[in-house]
Amino acid sequence: MQRYAPLAVLVLALAFPLAVQEPYYLSFASRIFVYALAATSLNLVLGYGGMISFGHAAFVGTGAYVSSIFLAEGVASAWIGWPAAVAASALAALVIGAVSLRTRGVYFIMITLAFAQIVFFLVNSMKAYGGDEGLSLPARASTGLPVDLGSDVVFYYVALAALAGAVYGLHRLADSRFGRVIEAIRENEARAEAIGFPVYRYKLACFVVAGAVGGLAGVLLASHGKYVNPNVLHWTQSGTLMVMVILGGVGRLWGGTVGAAAFLGLEDLIANHRIDWLAAWLPDYQQHASLGVGAVLLAIVLFAPQGIAGAFARRPRA
Amino acid sequence: MSWVLILEQLLNGLQFGLMLFLLAAGLTLVFGIMDMINLAHGSLYMLGAFLAAALVQATGSFALGVLLAVPATALAGMLIEVSVLRTLYARDHLSQVLATFALILILNEAVRIVWGTDLPLPMPAALSGPVQLLPGMVYPAYRLLIIGVGAAVAGLLYLLVARTRIGMLVRAGASNREMALAMGVDIRLLFTLLFGVGAGLCAVAGALLGPLLAVQVGMGENILILAFVVVVIGGIGSIRGALAGAVLVGLVDTIGRAFLPLLFGLFFQPRVASAAGPAIASVLAYLLMVAVLYFRPRGLFPARG
Repeated sequence: MQRYAPLAVLVLALAFPLAVQEPYYLSFASRIFVYALAATSLNLVLGYGGMISFGHAAFVGTGAYVSSIFLAEGVASAWIGWPAAVAASALAALVIGAVSLRTRGVYFIMITLAFAQIVFFLVNSMKAYGGDEGLSLPARASTGLPVDLGSDVVFYYVALAALAGAVYGLHRLADSRFGRVIEAIRENEARAEAIGFPVYRYKLACFVVAGAVGGLAGVLLASHGKYVNPNVLHWTQSGTLMVMVILGGVGRLWGGTVGAAAFLGLEDLIANHRIDWLAAWLPDYQQHASLGVGAVLLAIVLFAPQGIAGAFARRPRA
Repeated sequence: MSWVLILEQLLNGLQFGLMLFLLAAGLTLVFGIMDMINLAHGSLYMLGAFLAAALVQATGSFALGVLLAVPATALAGMLIEVSVLRTLYARDHLSQVLATFALILILNEAVRIVWGTDLPLPMPAALSGPVQLLPGMVYPAYRLLIIGVGAAVAGLLYLLVARTRIGMLVRAGASNREMALAMGVDIRLLFTLLFGVGAGLCAVAGALLGPLLAVQVGMGENILILAFVVVVIGGIGSIRGALAGAVLVGLVDTIGRAFLPLLFGLFFQPRVASAAGPAIASVLAYLLMVAVLYFRPRGLFPARG
């Protein structure tokens, strides 16, 4: 039965726009897919590779900004802007990873954080592209096909396709030789090295793939809101992505997706659904949604260290 | 570009560096002894600044308000340590990041509920004017006060860590925690006290910087990362390293922002210089950290032998 669960989820997701016409929920679901894509790419590094990267927003932000700059410069075709953005994110991951992967443990956490801060401040000072005020886009990229990305329904399916592709890719990757080696390195790096695997190159490759997919998430993120600002690169954004992965389950195929849906869902639930007995006690509690999010996160880390997926799954993580 | 300007920027750099040190000192000990990543350290800085602003308003005296805010923040820090952080020491870094990230969200909103998004913290009137330091050079009196207080607190902290029994235990814990435990040091109690001291230092920095920067929700988030940069540059767990790293980062950041655009102006066209100068200046501290980690992976003054 478990084999068919992903298919069932996919069918439900495909049918969702037919059943729910409300634009808000369509947009909200697209947002979940985009964040799920970003979190899934981080999970590849964090969960499968065991590399605690605290700078994933750098790649998401690079993708978001490069694709937006193409649009701002008048290159409207998604076939040019999007691959260029993904390539730029992969390149950023190659450079950052090449230096960072020489360090270990907390130093790796801190150096990835520092690199993300560098990208954040550089983007902040790009006055030509809005600086700290961000960049509004006139429209989404065009495809040249009878598929109009400007339509929210079409965008929903594009985001869904990207996420489904990433999760399927991660599933195949985890079972491949490459995935096995990456997991072996996570479990025991010295042993993997002694067996003869070029550990550094494997880790770097993993880092670059995750950076590229993170860049795609950034492209979709900017495209979704038709707006991008440097906050997509802020370290708290990296933190949020990490929170999603931990929430959903580190090193689990669906970890990023479950985590993103849970995190954004919780935020939306507190902010947009008035609970009467709580409102009677605290009249403006909905303006303080992040207090509730923080409390739930804290409770999860203290009482359910394996994340949401871990609390239900029988199988140990990948 | 005159020597007065350079001297002035050096003093500004020193002032910023000393404040960074107050933040980094607590952070590096927490990091070094318990191997704990505490992202909520910046929230204590914010809490200290808000408490100071509220108490200054309530008492009508800047000095009294700040002096009351420090033990109050220390108390809040110890409360957080005993209630939440203590259970995280044995956990992996990922859990610590998640839990302390959650603490940031909680503390930000708690402060917003109690005080609103920002509070005014005016400079004491007696110190708002400039002081003549040298013939032809005036410097804001308040910044001199910050340098004075920062240097005094740094000196006291050094004496505490290097010359007292408590300090000896702290250093023992930082250099080899298991061994210190085996020798009968009550790390739990020591650590709660230490956390209180670290929170108090955050409050000093938050209260003193309050009138210069703004006392607002989220003020801790950017300076926290700089404090981490200082800790990593100095060597995790080393007070001496934190001081060296803080002054280095303070100077590099301030001098870079002041002179890099001018320097670029000598070599590039004005349009390029005015865009690239500030951009590079704002990332100098991080580049410095990347360089230090690349060449000295354990920082400038590693605590563990």
